[in-house]
Amino acid sequence: MQTLRDTLLVFDNQVRFTFRNRITIVLGLVQPVLYLVLFGPLLTKVGGMGGDGDTWQTFVPGVLVYLALFGAGFCGFGIISDVRSGVIERLRVTPVSRFALLMGRVGREIAILLTQSVIIVAVGVLLGLRAGVLGILAAVVLVVLLGTALASLSLALGVALKSEDQFAPLLTSAALPIMLLAGILLPMSLAPTWLDVLSRLNPLRYVVEAIRDLFAGHYATAAVLEGTLVSVALAAVCVAVGTRTFARENA
Amino acid sequence: MNMIEVHGLARTFQAPHGEVNAVRGVDFTVAAGEIVGFLGPNGAGKTTTLRMLTTLLRPTAGTATVAGADLLADPVGVRRRIGYVAQGGGANPAELVANELMLQARLYGMSKADARTQIDSLAAQLGLQDLRTRLVGSLSGGQRRRLDIALGLVHRPPLIFLDEPSTGLDPTSRSNLWEHIRRLRDELGATVFLSTHYLDEADALCDRILIMDSGTILVEDSPEELKRRVEGDAVTIEVAPGTVQEAAVVVEGLPGTYGLTTAGDTLRFRAGHSSRTMIDLLRALEARRVEPVSVQVDRPTLDDVFLTLTGRSEEPATAGAV
Repeated sequence: MQTLRDTLLVFDNQVRFTFRNRITIVLGLVQPVLYLVLFGPLLTKVGGMGGDGDTWQTFVPGVLVYLALFGAGFCGFGIISDVRSGVIERLRVTPVSRFALLMGRVGREIAILLTQSVIIVAVGVLLGLRAGVLGILAAVVLVVLLGTALASLSLALGVALKSEDQFAPLLTSAALPIMLLAGILLPMSLAPTWLDVLSRLNPLRYVVEAIRDLFAGHYATAAVLEGTLVSVALAAVCVAVGTRTFARENA
Repeated sequence: MNMIEVHGLARTFQAPHGEVNAVRGVDFTVAAGEIVGFLGPNGAGKTTTLRMLTTLLRPTAGTATVAGADLLADPVGVRRRIGYVAQGGGANPAELVANELMLQARLYGMSKADARTQIDSLAAQLGLQDLRTRLVGSLSGGQRRRLDIALGLVHRPPLIFLDEPSTGLDPTSRSNLWEHIRRLRDELGATVFLSTHYLDEADALCDRILIMDSGTILVEDSPEELKRRVEGDAVTIEVAPGTVQEAAVVVEGLPGTYGLTTAGDTLRFRAGHSSRTMIDLLRALEARRVEPVSVQVDRPTLDDVFLTLTGRSEEPATAGAV
């Protein structure tokens, strides 16, 4: 109960802080829509991904995972200035649990990710996406789990590195292969064997494929099970790593 | 009752060239209601000790009880009862003053109503009333420091740690800050543990001083007692022109004087019991018909103490020094 209250306090503070900077919010919402509107129509013409509805069922899940990766996954950038100005140390001297300090910030990323996901799915439906409500809800749960994992990891990395100059190049060079190997833009079923094998090492691939199945209305598939297990495991491990980093002494 | 009890507290850091013993097993106690200061040069181990006592750094050896809670077994209990103001502060420059204070109070479990009352009274005490809608980053150095202190006090902790509180402040802000720190103890009954490398600050504020150097506590005493250890006050006396030789003979004839030097019509020497010596001196000068023009007696400063104990003078403190 205490932990929940503390998490909500940190979350509330973070969200208020975010809302004072409205331009960032607008940009954060517009960018993913651009992917759908400016890139999606190309895919519907390429073919090989099935009919019109299938193209959106393939592409929208990719955009959702893309948002988790490039949104939540980069949130550690923002904590570095808080480390430098002593805010994190000040919070670490309070009796608030380290888990709450982490999850309050992760919560903000999840709130942003949820808002973006709703917009993406709504715009997708306008453009021709057909998916069941149950499938969409289940997909959003997976996206939230993935976002939680990536945000925790990113915050831990920010706290550990304490330097934007190290964080930015490290993350951008990691995020690109992760994105390409997840089959976000085009499904890995198109890949040659070596690329397919390589991409199976990438946990994000399983999440994308699970969401694709869910959007297509196939709920009881191996891909959905794998994607769910991977998301849950990833979230559990990354939150543990994040909490440890917040608890850890730093000299 | 003791607010802080420290036994054999030590911290070793792993460095590329081997181990660095930042703090080498210190022992001390601080009683409730005391203002105690850690005095020492940069790198003496003051901040490392403070970070251990505030649960930010795990000791490599030793034990401590802080505000009634065991540091190692119950760090959350320690956190609940202490306030900590770090060297560089901990307020978010992009946040509003009022929001930072409210968040801090709420994180210590205070209700919104209680937090509001407490923030109002703190803001009035520390002169922050008109700054609440300002961004932290727009505050002056002195205002910022007062906010940092308000953040450390908002939950009414019985024990407050201040790490070099006046570093980088102008003289007026400094003396205001001293006033606030004294009031913490006098009006709220708080115990204050601070670190400083300003000798005058330790002298002006502290009931007791722990002098730290190279990770160990060299000596622990009241400023008065410490100064008494440096024997003798510095006496400067100017006499009428042409009588300095005569005066020198008088000074050398007095018991308990040493280190006499002369320059022009001025004599300088140290005297063990200056108040007694001065009376004798003036009488003896009169007997010899030597006319004193001016007399000045300076009590030894902590600078002298530091020099005596460490064999070197405290390095001049620069603004913003780490």
